[in-house]
Amino acid sequence: MNLLQEVTSDVFQDKIDQGEYIEPKDTMPEDYRKHLIRQMSQHAHSEVIGMQPEGNWITRAPSLRAKQILLAKIQDEGGHGLYLYSATETLGISRSEMIEQLHSGKAKYSSIFNYPALNWADIGAIGWLVDGAAIVNQVSLQRTSYGPYSRAMVRICKEESFHQRQGYEIMTRMMRGTKEQQQMAQDAMNRWWWPSLMMFGPHDNDSPNSNNAIKWKIKRESNDELRQKFIDKTIPQALLIGLTIPDEFYKLDEKTGHYTIGKINWDEFHNVIKGNGPCNKQRLKHHKKYHQEGAWVREAAEAYSKKQKSKLK
Amino acid sequence: MNNSELYNYTLRLADNALILGQRLSELCSKGPFLEEDLAQTNIALDYIGRAQSLYNYAAQLSGKPLSEDELAYRRAENNYYNVLLVEQPDEDFAHTIARQFFYSVADCLFYAELTKSKNETLASIAKKVIKESKYHLNHSSDWVKRLGGGTELSHEKMQNAVNALWMYTDELFEIDDIEHKLIKEGVAVNSSNHKSLWLAEVTEVFKEAGLSVPENNFMMTGGRSGNHSEHFGHLLSELQYLQRAYPDATW
Amino acid sequence: MSIVNDQLEVWEVFIQSKSGLPHIHAGSVHASDIEMALQNARDIYTRRGEGTSIWVVPTTAISASNPLDNDMLFDPSNDKMYRLPTFYLMPEGAKHI
Repeated sequence: MNLLQEVTSDVFQDKIDQGEYIEPKDTMPEDYRKHLIRQMSQHAHSEVIGMQPEGNWITRAPSLRAKQILLAKIQDEGGHGLYLYSATETLGISRSEMIEQLHSGKAKYSSIFNYPALNWADIGAIGWLVDGAAIVNQVSLQRTSYGPYSRAMVRICKEESFHQRQGYEIMTRMMRGTKEQQQMAQDAMNRWWWPSLMMFGPHDNDSPNSNNAIKWKIKRESNDELRQKFIDKTIPQALLIGLTIPDEFYKLDEKTGHYTIGKINWDEFHNVIKGNGPCNKQRLKHHKKYHQEGAWVREAAEAYSKKQKSKLK
Repeated sequence: MNNSELYNYTLRLADNALILGQRLSELCSKGPFLEEDLAQTNIALDYIGRAQSLYNYAAQLSGKPLSEDELAYRRAENNYYNVLLVEQPDEDFAHTIARQFFYSVADCLFYAELTKSKNETLASIAKKVIKESKYHLNHSSDWVKRLGGGTELSHEKMQNAVNALWMYTDELFEIDDIEHKLIKEGVAVNSSNHKSLWLAEVTEVFKEAGLSVPENNFMMTGGRSGNHSEHFGHLLSELQYLQRAYPDATW
Repeated sequence: MSIVNDQLEVWEVFIQSKSGLPHIHAGSVHASDIEMALQNARDIYTRRGEGTSIWVVPTTAISASNPLDNDMLFDPSNDKMYRLPTFYLMPEGAKHI
């Protein structure tokens, strides 16, 4: 048994090393499957829970254009959650199980969505910073070794390209607007900047899941590499529209061309993961509520379909 | 203003679209399952897009330097002229479906005819809109059948929603002096002719769904002349919040 | 697993992006009947004008070849180069062939 497992795992690793994709029916080590289910379902849940903070502003979007953009964007998040649930289902777990794991707390979602969206500029900041950070990560994941995950990411990246731009457009408009609008924009920047940097996860030295993920090419670049990419492209964008970086220590390292930043508050990060973010309870409660309220609708649909089928017989 | 009838007519159409779109957009992330959540958002987007085209035209007709957003966001409650049906809240999924179904049957009849309007702008908006409306009708009538014919509970909820919203359906076929004049000019649709067609279609779907047509014939009216339900002010206070709180800002 | 499926059935979705092109697998949706599956596929996979036609198939109706059989299934065709036009030598000057 052990020998057989070793052999399959060698064949598997060879395949990965040669840059081939793993498909649902391929033999794969149990740990690889588990790692994927954890990461992909977390990714799916993040998209779906991520609908909430932005959803908080749909009914108050200040123009017809803004309302349509925001609705379309949130709908995309839901769609992306769906693509990812689909891809995860190919690993032999059902969506019902994944939702159950989300509700029981066994499955996580990105902590960033436990922060509140308090003013209209938050919609800008979420698109520009949160989606911006997500895109850096997702572009890298397009080459992930699991075929269905990779294909979902390709579709997602293509669709998300407008998300960050619409966010930055909102920030730009607000910075060019009234004093109050500028204050809202800076306030949103102050609240979302650090959490968005935390989205890339702990520093490489402190990241327990990274080793296998890199070896199996589930993850193609490290947390710190991805974070640096994000910092380097985002700081100039902030400065261009007159936003202040809420970090007194950030500076451009002339030699490397990279920005260095102050210390990330990892205590806050771990606290939010533990459930003590501003909105953890609220987000989960919302999801559970509508899942439960929708039960009779799903049951009705199933019952109707059964009746129709038996009529045909 | 020379075009005051046409302006008012267009505004009514726009208000129907905006308010239904606003109601549907409240449902985002609250669907019974993910697919249906996204489906409802698509419908919401259709209506808000429709509202935008119609407000844009109304703004041109107003003869004032108004923008589509000023029309959508800056009017007082009694200056909105949507039918009462579209402002009714989403008590549950059955209410959402009943409202959509009642509205979509009428909407399909209405916009199919508006495509033939002598007013080119309205006709061209109608040509785009009718495609969306047909899809909304498909989607909602399928759900009426599923809920009506699903479980005992879903049947009860669907019938309750139908009963609750029935009294708002007559207003869909009302016409007044504004319409009379525009109908004569070949611009407006005479929706008072649609009532029996509407009832026939609704009755047919209800038959398949095992639902009964309510016997209560009392009908509410008022939205088209600016008399709304209590829900409406709350809907507007959310819709208008930023435009009202920061009147000097552009967004 | 003891968890009951309360999320409807799974359907695979195939989209044709332009007439004349093949239907390509796009992903899956959950739905309780064919009409719903088609509508859901439309609402989810053609939001940006990606489609001119949709197929939906219950996931359980799809059978896949076993990857362990790949040697047996696919290798034997690798040495049958005579099936390819490049296998044949044409005399110099031959045209339209």
